Amino acid sequence: MEKEQYQQLEQNVTPKPPYFKNVAKAFIVGGLICTIGQAVSLFYIIFFNFTEATAGNPTVATMVFFAMILTGFGLYKKIGQFAGAGSAVPVTGFGNAVISAAIEHRSEGLVLGVGGNIFKLAGSVVLFGVVSAFFVALIKYILVTIGVVSW
Amino acid sequence: MVIVFQSKPSLIAAGVVAGPLEKRSIFSQHFDATYDDERWQMKTNEQGHRKMVEEACEFAMKKAGVKNKDIDYFMGGDLVNQMTPTNFAARDLEIPFIGLFSACATSISSVIIASLLTEVGAANFSLAGASSQHNAVERQFRYPIDYGSQKPQTAQWTVTAAGYALIGKHQEEYPSIEAATVGKSVDYGMDDPFHMGAAMAPAAFQTIQSHLEQRNQKIYHYDLILTGDLGQLGLKLLKGMFVENGIKSEELKPLRDAGAEFYGQDEAFQSGASGAGCSAAVFFSYVIQQMRAGTYKRVLLVATGALLSPLTFQQGETIPCTAHAIEITMR
Repeated sequence: MEKEQYQQLEQNVTPKPPYFKNVAKAFIVGGLICTIGQAVSLFYIIFFNFTEATAGNPTVATMVFFAMILTGFGLYKKIGQFAGAGSAVPVTGFGNAVISAAIEHRSEGLVLGVGGNIFKLAGSVVLFGVVSAFFVALIKYILVTIGVVSW
Repeated sequence: MVIVFQSKPSLIAAGVVAGPLEKRSIFSQHFDATYDDERWQMKTNEQGHRKMVEEACEFAMKKAGVKNKDIDYFMGGDLVNQMTPTNFAARDLEIPFIGLFSACATSISSVIIASLLTEVGAANFSLAGASSQHNAVERQFRYPIDYGSQKPQTAQWTVTAAGYALIGKHQEEYPSIEAATVGKSVDYGMDDPFHMGAAMAPAAFQTIQSHLEQRNQKIYHYDLILTGDLGQLGLKLLKGMFVENGIKSEELKPLRDAGAEFYGQDEAFQSGASGAGCSAAVFFSYVIQQMRAGTYKRVLLVATGALLSPLTFQQGETIPCTAHAIEITMR
């Protein structure tokens, strides 16, 4: 059988990913995680004197902490299999990427194992996050300078 | 080129051990032991992997009533870098050893070499087989175990299992190896590491086709043609290739796949099982036991292997695959 003929057969046999179902599940779980995040944020604003602008940092830390607990008990991967991007995109997904790599490499020691590999998956998120934050800030700076928007 | 063994080396005994999830396998009753601890009470996954290899070999030796000093050669491999679990098991077993890597096809490539050593008179007994440990393999080929990525329906689950067979000179009462076909490395341009069945099916097809042609046989001459770990989709593709080649689908009944059946219909495992331990565990437990019970008289075992690495995948290369086959008969 020729390669092209086989690729045709492979296309026919392989089931198409259930895009609509995946999107719906990602929407619901992703939305749920963000709702919890909003609740945490309100908690810090109401009980701890944070403002809407300053509540971000403790909220992110708390959400990553939740992700850490769930990852440690092996639950986050189950959520991930169900929700796909719904649990990967929020900051909990970032936490999961960091913690799962740390757990994985514990057997190679703290320095070469955990230290050397903790950002194995999340490293590109950090890099491209910082780079895009720089450019977004630069654009805003230019817009403020020419008087289109204010800080 | 098909190898015909004049002396018909026999599969005297075999040992198969598996991990906790493998208790859910439909073949689990045929295994010698399943363990609740996937690390075999060792500190790391890799050490547990080594222990698993040793225990499978010990079961095989115990059943045949032989000791490690009676074994002339130890042939085997796994999927971890540099095959350290098998290499380290060889250190403790103290048997002359050659590590073999044909990815998940190692379960059969090792038996072929062991049979040749028996055929030329270099070995009275040799151990041959393969193994895989889910955590040790996944961390290397894909993501950390606890990383929450979504696996597609085409993905397969690397099993935690080791299967080793004891090959010796021909004895009537044991299944005997009549012939073997060493597969080529086949690449049909598949590049998805989460769809290995599609990459491996053409290799299985070529090996089976070439074996049947050179042995002048048809599929119906076999009670069972069992591939290693194509999974449900890979098996469908293999059958599809035969159908396109003019073979009626009802003639394909003897064609089955160990990986497709391994976990039953459990959807948690997507397309089924994979890993070097998958074919080794099923071939060296279920198949051998069925042959000794007289259910099957002539069987073709076709172990399939995807010869990729995480590096080649990241560099955008396609996945070459191979399949090795042995023909086993029982009087």
